Amino acid sequence: MGFRVIKGGLLTTVQDLGRSGYQSQGFNVGGVMDQRSFRIANLLLDNPENEAVLECTLIGPTLEFTSSQIIAITGGDFRPELNDDPVPMYTAIYVNKGDVLKVGSARTGRTCYIAFSNYLQVPVVMGSRSTNLKCGIGGFKGRKLQDGDYISTRIKRRKYLPYFLSRTLSLHEFDSNSATIRVVMGPQEEAFSSKGIDAFLNSEFTISSNFDRMGVRLDGPFVESKTGSDIISDGIALGAIQVPAHGKPIILLADHQTAGGYAKIGTVVSVDLPKVAQRRIDDKIRFTRITVEEAQHLLKVQEHEYQEFRNRIHKPCKEVLEVRLTAQRLEKLFV
Amino acid sequence: MQNLRIVPEGDSSLLIQFEQVISPSVNQRIAAAAKLIKAQQISGITDMIPTYCSLLINYNPLVISYDALYKRVESIVRMESHQEAGQKKIWEIPVLYGGAYGPDLSTIAEHAGLSEEEVIKIHSGTDYLIYMLGFLPGFTYLGGLDEKIHTPRLASPRVRIPAGSVGIGGSQTGIYPMDSPGGWQLMGMTPVKTYDPARETPILVEAGDYIRFVPVSEAEYLDIKAAVDAGTYQVRVRKGED
Repeated sequence: MGFRVIKGGLLTTVQDLGRSGYQSQGFNVGGVMDQRSFRIANLLLDNPENEAVLECTLIGPTLEFTSSQIIAITGGDFRPELNDDPVPMYTAIYVNKGDVLKVGSARTGRTCYIAFSNYLQVPVVMGSRSTNLKCGIGGFKGRKLQDGDYISTRIKRRKYLPYFLSRTLSLHEFDSNSATIRVVMGPQEEAFSSKGIDAFLNSEFTISSNFDRMGVRLDGPFVESKTGSDIISDGIALGAIQVPAHGKPIILLADHQTAGGYAKIGTVVSVDLPKVAQRRIDDKIRFTRITVEEAQHLLKVQEHEYQEFRNRIHKPCKEVLEVRLTAQRLEKLFV
Repeated sequence: MQNLRIVPEGDSSLLIQFEQVISPSVNQRIAAAAKLIKAQQISGITDMIPTYCSLLINYNPLVISYDALYKRVESIVRMESHQEAGQKKIWEIPVLYGGAYGPDLSTIAEHAGLSEEEVIKIHSGTDYLIYMLGFLPGFTYLGGLDEKIHTPRLASPRVRIPAGSVGIGGSQTGIYPMDSPGGWQLMGMTPVKTYDPARETPILVEAGDYIRFVPVSEAEYLDIKAAVDAGTYQVRVRKGED
């Protein structure tokens, strides 16, 4: 029960929301780069919110299933194919024993997520199934997937999903190659000159090739600090934007270090982190400031949106409804 | 509270900035504040990162708002100033100094103009405060290394330093918790695993605790190592007055 990895792809790892509670000991949270696509992938299958998935980066894997199950692929458009036929993203798909799923290269975005109805059988380490590449723990043997690996999946009691045909969302979230990223300023905003803050908030930045699971460096105008940007090392939040002495902002992502010694001009708000994680090299971004209250409101709005998605995929589709209508009509004939 | 500032770091973290200096007293206030906040079991807090002079609190804003957390935390930090300083917790870490276990001990001794025995005596003669952990899981930022044995880092870093290596890098000393590249001068090795992902508590020590290095012989080292591998070794913890 499971699947064979025919091709591992560029960087395919098992991820969930990561390992929290150990940051005081220098252990980063890690987890998926794009929490929104991750959440929607599990939602499409009625999986638990934090069920582990495969995160594919830029070039996806090729998998051969050794048992039937249901999968869903979300995130950037990686042009997935099942047995050489294109299959849709953001849709629950039946796969049978012997089927070959080929996740191609990213047409849009940077990562995509494959969720499985039969859960990935990898051990829970320190409360998470995420792969921590630096420490070589979690996920599948603490590393990225390689050609020839075999991943077992656990049998789920439920053999089918209700409302199967309506389990699709038409989302194209990462098509644009420019984005406005909202930030809460600080905590070291005062370390920057007014010229530096003006450059940060009123210019266009370019996504550089220095982009990995730890973070992404931006090219653009010099973001000037008042007296060098070194601080006494302090804790780093997900999405914090450091500006070292070279004046180029670095947005810190899933695998960022827990603490660091560069001043942070601002922090990307949670709902915009997926947009950052899904940028491609040479994409353009701009920053705009909002308050922490506004940012937290956006997060609540997003929760309602997930609920709305759930309602949408839990509706009988038109065909089913029509069958029922037909049945009702038939019934009337005989009453 | 003087010299205290509470600010948001994004929408899911709150930063308490104490006086921005590296000092044991400021650091101890942070350790105490972190313990008190933990004891309150405020729902929504997911993680805390105490560092030299600030405390970052990560939280789930769907459970508690910034405003509500700010109020809770501010009152706790204020209360903390009336707390008595507690006893200090000192982890006794056995170290086999020199030889193949500490290939740079002679360099450190030469740089200091001391004998290797004198370097060991100085290095193992102090309780080092753990200001914070970071860089690697379980990597301790220790304060209190005697200036006499400060030693510059290696000109070209080693590609792989084995877990358990004890070294000096400039004015800092510490233990490598896992195999890692690094540029510190290696003076010895501990058989104790400061980081073990398979253990119930993967990382032994906490910020605010102390570390004391205890010299051991090769025979003792091997005994302890066998006990560590068998899972029967308990690191000695001593309580001391602040």
